[in-house]
Amino acid sequence: MIEITDLSVQFGGVRSLDEVTLTFPGGNCGLIGPNGAGKTTLFNVMSGFVTPVAGRIRIDDVDLLDIADYRRARWGVRRTFQTVQTIESLTVYENVRTVHEHAAEGSRAERQDSVDDVLAFVGLSDVRDKVVRTLSQRDRRFIEVARAIVGEPKVVLLDEPAAGLPEEETDHLAQIIRSVPERTGATVILVDHDMSLVQACCDWTAVLDFGRLVAAGPTADVLHDERVLAAYVGDEEA
Amino acid sequence: MVGRVFSHRAFQPTIAAGLMVFALFAMPSIFDATWIFNFTQMAIYSMVAASVGMLYGRVGLVSLGQVAPYGIGAWVTIRLAFATDIPYPILLAIGGGVAAIIGLLIGLPALRVSGLYLALVTLMLAVGVEVILFRLKFANGGPGFNGLALTMSDRAPVPRPAFAEGDIAYFRFVVIVACVIFMLAVAFLASKPGRAWASVHQSEPSALASGISVTRYKLMAFGLAAFMAGVAGGLYGAHVQWSIGVDQFNRQAALFLIAVVLMGGIGSLWGALLAAFFATILLPFLTQNVIGHQFWNDFALTIFGIGLMINLIQTTRAMDKKGLLE
Ligand SMILES: Nc1ncnc2c1ncn2[C@@H]1O[C@H](COP(=O)(O)OP(=O)(O)OP(=O)(O)O)[C@@H](O)[C@H]1O
Ligand SMILES: [Mg+2]
Repeated sequence: MIEITDLSVQFGGVRSLDEVTLTFPGGNCGLIGPNGAGKTTLFNVMSGFVTPVAGRIRIDDVDLLDIADYRRARWGVRRTFQTVQTIESLTVYENVRTVHEHAAEGSRAERQDSVDDVLAFVGLSDVRDKVVRTLSQRDRRFIEVARAIVGEPKVVLLDEPAAGLPEEETDHLAQIIRSVPERTGATVILVDHDMSLVQACCDWTAVLDFGRLVAAGPTADVLHDERVLAAYVGDEEA
Repeated sequence: MVGRVFSHRAFQPTIAAGLMVFALFAMPSIFDATWIFNFTQMAIYSMVAASVGMLYGRVGLVSLGQVAPYGIGAWVTIRLAFATDIPYPILLAIGGGVAAIIGLLIGLPALRVSGLYLALVTLMLAVGVEVILFRLKFANGGPGFNGLALTMSDRAPVPRPAFAEGDIAYFRFVVIVACVIFMLAVAFLASKPGRAWASVHQSEPSALASGISVTRYKLMAFGLAAFMAGVAGGLYGAHVQWSIGVDQFNRQAALFLIAVVLMGGIGSLWGALLAAFFATILLPFLTQNVIGHQFWNDFALTIFGIGLMINLIQTTRAMDKKGLLE
């Protein structure tokens, strides 16, 4: 359970998050909203890149904002980035291992096992020892997911992981995302503009618009909510 | 494990071993004393170049200040070589250690600034160290803290290790130390710190999100790089032996260093050897035989320009690859 209370973020004159109060119940949660709604900003607050002007985030009764940025991953907050940030000069294995050795406990042998497990889980075993620079954008998306779920994450933040993926790959990704909570025990927050992906993965979804919470609840209900439709239509007109 | 470390992409082990054997056993019989002296300088310089190349190429930190730990390593080692009987390898480690502490100080601003600003700050710190070294001067066998001889006749050469008094023996000693330093760098690059550096280099937010303490690993990089340069400085004193001045460690040397490092290439540690070859063999050869000493300054400046242009082209290409230019 992730409890967000009165969270506000200000960038100069822009209020990117405006007194957001919201509880992610656990499992797979969707977070949707038009461009500039504040989705990535919420992730950035949770990763420690952005300091909110007000509000707090509690996960398992711990105040997340009290933990130093690089320690959050160790504590269990992991993420992917909207523009992929894989380490181009390292192999696929090394990319995932780097996260594991800094963010997770474990001996050398356990490390190798769990990294290889994750690579098999996301379907990257074949390219395990390839340098990322030589791989496709599609592979990078899956490497990012592997980096976010290796070890024992408590919270996995996926920022548009399906962007740029062809349809059949999106289905494969949906399968992976669906089984992350069961596999790791983590709460997943999925941001994506692809509503069918959100629907396929998430039982529960929250909607942001202009930094404000518009709706939250079971995904099917939320997607038919008038206010949500209005937010998206408004976005198209703008 | 050892096999894995040395088979790192940064440095092909068989070529490196072959090169070392060639340097140790073939070069002394191929080249005359003058050339061996120059190649000794090249081996020393390659360590400094490797430290700069590692910082920039592997961690993305542009330091123009690596002449500072180089000079400090030289000062400390020379002073202790006159004053004590500490075995030379340990002296070098001490010189490198003191230099590493200075390196950490140079690294502190790197936690706040990057790119051009970091380059300027590190250059300013290097100038500060240059001024201090210029005031202190390098020990030459005299008494006191500085170890400066009062008269010409009291001056003594910087002592060399007993097992490497002659130029050829000293050359071999330098080659071996350089190999150890390169192996040290490769060991770091091929293990946890190296992966953390690669991550920091790629993207600091991503590194933080992976649990990497960016601060700690940047400082570690500066510390290691300064150690490498400091050990090189320690070898430099006993290489030249007489009347050591700051010209290896001043601001011109700092700019020249980054220029040849960029020309050699920062993608792999081999670039450091190439850079050292340019700096200590090719350019002196060209000045002596083709260009003439009176043009040295213009020439060095041109080299600097070429180095920067190469860097610009490389960066542009890299940005293009990442799709940052659209
Ligand atoms: N570092 C920043 N500096 C200034 N403004 C920012 C910064 N980060 C985000 N913003 C602004 O905050 C608002 C929310 O941005 P955010 O990136 O969170 O949106 P988003 O919901 O992720 O949108 P998208 O779907 O386009 O990724 C936008 O108006 C954006 O311009
Ligand atoms: Mg976003």
